[in-house]
Amino acid sequence: MQKFEYANATTIQQAVALLGNTWGEAEVLAGGTDLLALMKDYVVAPKRLVNIKDIKELKGITMTANGLRLGSLVTFEEVLDNAAIKRSYPAIWQAVAGVTSPQIRNMGTVGGDLCQRPRCWYYRAGYGILAKDENGKALVPDGDNRYHAILGNEGEAKYVNPSSLAPALISLMAKIKVAGPKGSREIAADQFFVTPKSDNEREYALAPNEIVTDILIPSASGVKTATYEVRQREVLDWPLATASVALKLDGKTVKSAKIALGHVAPVPVDSDAAAKALVGKAVTEDTAEAAGAAAVANARALSRNAYKIQLAKVAVKRAILQAAG
Amino acid sequence: MADYKWPEAEKRKYIGKRISRVDGPLKVSGKAKYAYDTNRPGLLHGKILHAPFANAKILSIDTSAAEKMPGVRVVKIVQGPGSVLQWAGDEIAVVVAVDEATAKDALRAIKIEYERMPHVVNDEDLAAVPTDNKRPTAERTQGEPDKAFTEADVTAEGYYGNAIITHCCLESHGQTIEWTDANNVLIHPSTQGVSVIGNDLAKALEIPAGNVNLKMDFIGGGFGSKFAIDRWGVECAKVSKMAEGKPVKLHLERDAELTIAGSRPSMYAKVKVGAKKDGTLTAWQSEAWGTGGVAGMGAPALPYMLNFQSGVPNYRTKYTSVSTNTAPQRAWRAPSHPQLALITMGALEDLAAALKMDPIEFLRKNINLFAPRAEIYSQELDKAAELANWKANWRPRGEGAPGSTKTVKRGLGVSMHTWGGGGNASNCDVTIYPDGSVDIKSGTQDLGVGTITVLNIVVAETMGIPMEWVKVFIGSNRYPASSASGGSTTVGGISSASRRGSVDALNQLFAKVAPTLGVKPEELEAADGKIRVIANPSKSIAWKEACAKLGSQPITVRGEHKAGNRELSSSGVGGVQIADVSVDIETGIVKMNNFYAVQDCGLVMDLKTAESQVFGAMIMGVTYSLYEERIMDNATGRVLNPNMEFYKLAGAMDIGNFKVHMMTGKGYDERGPVGLGEPPTNSPGAAISNAVANAIGVRVPTLPLTPDKVLAALANKKGGSSNAKI
Repeated sequence: MQKFEYANATTIQQAVALLGNTWGEAEVLAGGTDLLALMKDYVVAPKRLVNIKDIKELKGITMTANGLRLGSLVTFEEVLDNAAIKRSYPAIWQAVAGVTSPQIRNMGTVGGDLCQRPRCWYYRAGYGILAKDENGKALVPDGDNRYHAILGNEGEAKYVNPSSLAPALISLMAKIKVAGPKGSREIAADQFFVTPKSDNEREYALAPNEIVTDILIPSASGVKTATYEVRQREVLDWPLATASVALKLDGKTVKSAKIALGHVAPVPVDSDAAAKALVGKAVTEDTAEAAGAAAVANARALSRNAYKIQLAKVAVKRAILQAAG
Repeated sequence: MADYKWPEAEKRKYIGKRISRVDGPLKVSGKAKYAYDTNRPGLLHGKILHAPFANAKILSIDTSAAEKMPGVRVVKIVQGPGSVLQWAGDEIAVVVAVDEATAKDALRAIKIEYERMPHVVNDEDLAAVPTDNKRPTAERTQGEPDKAFTEADVTAEGYYGNAIITHCCLESHGQTIEWTDANNVLIHPSTQGVSVIGNDLAKALEIPAGNVNLKMDFIGGGFGSKFAIDRWGVECAKVSKMAEGKPVKLHLERDAELTIAGSRPSMYAKVKVGAKKDGTLTAWQSEAWGTGGVAGMGAPALPYMLNFQSGVPNYRTKYTSVSTNTAPQRAWRAPSHPQLALITMGALEDLAAALKMDPIEFLRKNINLFAPRAEIYSQELDKAAELANWKANWRPRGEGAPGSTKTVKRGLGVSMHTWGGGGNASNCDVTIYPDGSVDIKSGTQDLGVGTITVLNIVVAETMGIPMEWVKVFIGSNRYPASSASGGSTTVGGISSASRRGSVDALNQLFAKVAPTLGVKPEELEAADGKIRVIANPSKSIAWKEACAKLGSQPITVRGEHKAGNRELSSSGVGGVQIADVSVDIETGIVKMNNFYAVQDCGLVMDLKTAESQVFGAMIMGVTYSLYEERIMDNATGRVLNPNMEFYKLAGAMDIGNFKVHMMTGKGYDERGPVGLGEPPTNSPGAAISNAVANAIGVRVPTLPLTPDKVLAALANKKGGSSNAKI
């Protein structure tokens, strides 16, 4: 691990002041479940670590009639232990329950979940976020892409976004509050993730000197939500596809729907097509199946991951059926 | 001539009973110290620079920058300019530094120029492997296979196989070594051969064998991959010497552990089998291939258990050994057997399905082909069927066992297996002290088989004293030499040696106390903490009083078991397993419901540790059936999943419910302890693969049974073609 300077911030202002203007100079340390492994493997080698765990404002869960606020340092275990979240925001609670490692849940934070880096094995082996060999040849298209993207994979980025929470947050139309040297701003959850065009860009819409401070989720009163992850193992395992849905029903008819997919594209996918397929219809096996099919209508398999199209479709179907209960 | 034979069942106090592992509390409380826990004063840390390419020649190496880094003590080149590295991960240099992080940073400062050459790292697609990398071996035939297939009423064809998996020892390979003076080495390794690898190290270092002092109390997994001192062991000693003899700890990092520290060869086969209408198996034909690394892999013994004269009357087998630029294979818990079982028992299950026969009925019909263990298998099939409630739960292929739904299909599958085993060469010293305490010392190791517990049981049983009175010392090459733990031979060897040593020591004690009791030594027996007259048990002397007669001189006797001696231990076991699975046909995810193992290992020394040995094999079996695969990248030539994240192992919630039944009593006990570590690892792949085929109505050809492959098999089935052409 390259030697680094360790800075302990106790306020948001301190933290953002300690971060650099370009990516890679400094990294934000929260739970460290991803960052430390990246540093040990020399995939990232920051000159400075900014510990934010001592910033009190970033902690705490608040639920009001208007919605839910998660401080970015809230751990997955805190969410899992929160009965009110389980009751009012099943999509979020279920996404958290899918992280089946108590160690990760105890250390990992909701902010970190959004900002963790992709698990693409070429990236983790040091070939960069766009996975190119030393001659600039892209490794994913002809390589082993069994866990790579089936949507949004037309460009150079072919990894999948690893966030557990993102699909649920998008389906619930959450906002991500971030802070920088000039103050705070809010980013809609479906705008938070971006697809980088080079190794010097990140997978999220933060500036290098911004940090996530809060996750703001509107009230889900009257909204039926669910997250369904297709995971091979019960033990900690990355989902092969995830879907989160938020449905408003009028009797049995779907009045509005927001459906988001995870682990299928470089960014979480907000599927209007799936939502449209469902709105105005009653939730049945068939309509849920049709929504799943709509979600993957534009999917494009790489050489080895066609099965993920089926899994994404099933995830959407099952999330809808689960939400409608 | 002393009588060493094992006590009769009604006389056994400990042997065959359910006894907790005596070192269990140490292990679960974290007090047990493994090689990896060895932190000697002044400890330095060694790290290895591994080859980044699968086939490359080193043109130049510049270590100057690394040598200048603060905290770096030694930089040593292992393979210098001109060396050809034939697999990614091969060792190039070792750095020793004051801490791990500095050592790793220094590795990155070593500058190397390579000339890269083409590599081959995958072998399943045999057509894509260059001719130069393929070596066909001799075709083997028995009977008249062509004629037999022509005359067969039913034939089935299929493709079966498994990718390379690794040993994935939780304690990685390595050791801590220091020079206690200019000529003496102290080594704390993680090894399966306590009495073996010190000699190999001495030879490599050109010092007398007695100058290597080796200590290992516990090992964190070996599975067949820790028999050698290995290059990293020798280099560790050399760099310790270069660092003024200071202790150097050098264990492989997880990525290296999964890349170079051992793997199980791949094996793929296209199989055709034929039978008469009544289920009599008549013909086998297979074309198999596989790789164990650069050296390829020797021809496997197909059809499994049936390649003998008494087996399938007509067969033809072909094999192609494939050379790949991957690290060499190592013995993996029952070398070749799990692969052979999958291919053979998979093909037979497909044949039974083609015959529309219950596979257990099919195996019973052909049970005599499995000589010489036909009777054992027959009994075990009965027991396994009873445990699994086979009659109530099994349904013909594709019909879905009870509990199946529209999307989740349940299925059952069966497999049989064998293994050799038998006691290895073992020695021990048994000492009876004048105060009544007893100890046993042996240069063996506890690979998980319960060595310490078994030694304790045998000595206590033989001397008729409580187990707590016996102390067991293993894990040092200063103790009487014993073989490495391999081939499921440890319990057979150490129990026989300790039985002999204990009987001989006891006889010496009998000689001392006989005059007191006024009888001849041969008229005495030891039981219930006493030495008593056989004909008149009320005439006795308490153990401690008896030992006091020794005066100041303890009795120490060498117990010896020679390899191949069949007096107390024998060879050859059989086992049957049944897997009960559920398959989500929309996601292709396979879940274990229940898993049943019926196992023979001759005389069971400790029922509890025996069962736990089988549990371990079943967990490993579920893992390699559903999850494990070393994924090699064609482009970079590297392992893509050298981590515990994508090199997937089962967790506690993934394995389902296990039930183990050990076969004991007549037909089993009189064979003495045979061997157990490996056999139950052989059937899981076949049983689970067969269960999945039974559930979904189509064979998923290769392990691991991952969602992509399950869905592909289901899609083929819908399209009308099936792996097994019936």
